[in-house]
Amino acid sequence: MRNFRKKFRQFKKFLITKLVFLSGILSIIVLGLILAFLVYNSIKFFTTYPFFEFLTGTKWSPTVLEKFGFIPLLTGSLLITFGAIIIAIPLGIGSAIYIGELAPRAVRETIKPIIEVLATIPSVVIGFIGIKVMAPIIKNVFNLNIGLTALAGSIMLAFMSLPTIISISEDAINAVPNKFRNASIALGATKWETTIKTVIPAASSGIFAATMLGLGRVVGETMTVLMITGNSPRIVFSWLQPVRTITATIAAEMGETVQGGLHFSALFAIGLILFTITFLINLTADRFINRIKNI
Amino acid sequence: MKKRYFIEKFFYILLLISTLVVIAFVLGIIFYLIIKGSSALSWEFISQSPKAGMREGGIFPVILGTLYLIIGTLIFSMPIGILSAIYLNEYARKTKLTRIIRLSIVNMSGVPSVVYGLFGLGFFVLFLKFGRSILAGSLTLAFLILPVIITATEEALKSVPDSYRHASLALGATKWQTIIKVTLPQSLPGIITGALIGIGRAAGETAPIIFTVAAFSQPNLPNSIFSQVMALPYHLYVLATQITDVPEDMQWGTALVLLILILFFAIIGTIFRTRSRLRRIN
Repeated sequence: MRNFRKKFRQFKKFLITKLVFLSGILSIIVLGLILAFLVYNSIKFFTTYPFFEFLTGTKWSPTVLEKFGFIPLLTGSLLITFGAIIIAIPLGIGSAIYIGELAPRAVRETIKPIIEVLATIPSVVIGFIGIKVMAPIIKNVFNLNIGLTALAGSIMLAFMSLPTIISISEDAINAVPNKFRNASIALGATKWETTIKTVIPAASSGIFAATMLGLGRVVGETMTVLMITGNSPRIVFSWLQPVRTITATIAAEMGETVQGGLHFSALFAIGLILFTITFLINLTADRFINRIKNI
Repeated sequence: MKKRYFIEKFFYILLLISTLVVIAFVLGIIFYLIIKGSSALSWEFISQSPKAGMREGGIFPVILGTLYLIIGTLIFSMPIGILSAIYLNEYARKTKLTRIIRLSIVNMSGVPSVVYGLFGLGFFVLFLKFGRSILAGSLTLAFLILPVIITATEEALKSVPDSYRHASLALGATKWQTIIKVTLPQSLPGIITGALIGIGRAAGETAPIIFTVAAFSQPNLPNSIFSQVMALPYHLYVLATQITDVPEDMQWGTALVLLILILFFAIIGTIFRTRSRLRRIN
């Protein structure tokens, strides 16, 4: 009996250790599964549709012409991402410097939760506000027929990436040791000169990582762009035109595809490309984020 | 000399303005939603089913659908998320494998939500043949919020002093007994914070549920985990872009209900986090 209980305890310990280990490596398994199922479902597209035509094609017209040209979606995503980042970088880094270096403690403790709230507002709500408020403003200011443009998407996405950019940049600024600041002040620099010539360069890799993570968020954002960028998969190079991103294409068209068909498979293929892009962005950010801790 | 201080002032004002722009955006959205949406909020709106092609009536089945999804997501994500954090904090050594696991968690949280939707469609809906169902949608959302749960739980476990573990082990408890009876109860506030942040995220996501569970219109209440449900974020998308002549009130009301639900979880989460941080300092 005693022997049995000992055996049972040993077995239980074995089981628990294995279970805990399995959960531990779950994140690797999940990433692997995501990749596997994206590849599995896009095989049909890559084997039947000419790859070169996909990469260089200028028309995305899956139902009418059965053309799957990637260029319009790519330019749509690039246009919106580029616009968003141009807006987000000065706002994000500016706010991070203000919060990290200038704001009195009480102000900082009020501002930070408000910015955190921004991160929790669902993208569909931001998209809805975009339709109701931002698009009409853009329509009137630029005298357009329709306000649902790349610019509307860029502005809204810029704000959505700000919580990430601000909080990580601020962490990086806080990680700069105070002796750096003291040394600069002691040499006669003003506080602003200290910030711009000492603190920011020292925190630059963290700020870069923050920007990359914000970029990842912008590239992957779906609902907001689906709702407010006009849904037009054409090649345009103006922010005042409607566009269609990679993400919005997947969300908008998956419902109307035939399961296992070419169109279905094509959407998984562009999903695979999207996954790869964001994966690389995150890997790059991670490299730089580790440097925050090592100043 | 004067010029230097003038420059300083100038840039300080710029920094202040950029911060104010961000704050104004957040508060603007919240107050605008409250002003526009509150006129739609009524007991009928949250207790009745949609009528006349979702142009009248309420959003009761929609709220219920989102609650079902939240519960399902928690059932799947909490146990594995907590176990995963236990592995990282209590078992794992500083090996290459641990480094890869941490990198995977970071990357998981960076995967776009629409890609989770594709994965859920490919794996749960089609490969495992769950169909578009609460089960498939909950599992997809569970994977989406897993990084949040793991990170929050691990931080909570880290905050438990080692002396607690040593005392328990010295009393003859096994490692597992120590974790179950000492470490986990001590880190409960942090774990709850993680769960609440995760819920807030899961409740607001649209792209992952479009292909895995969300129904365009489903006035009947779900009767099994294989039913489709309506959900708040998808319903807002439908009202805002997919059907014409929807009264503005219905749209703003739905948006406000979704925002209130999410802010509710976020605020409780913040309260729990502040409490657990205060306790750590004491």
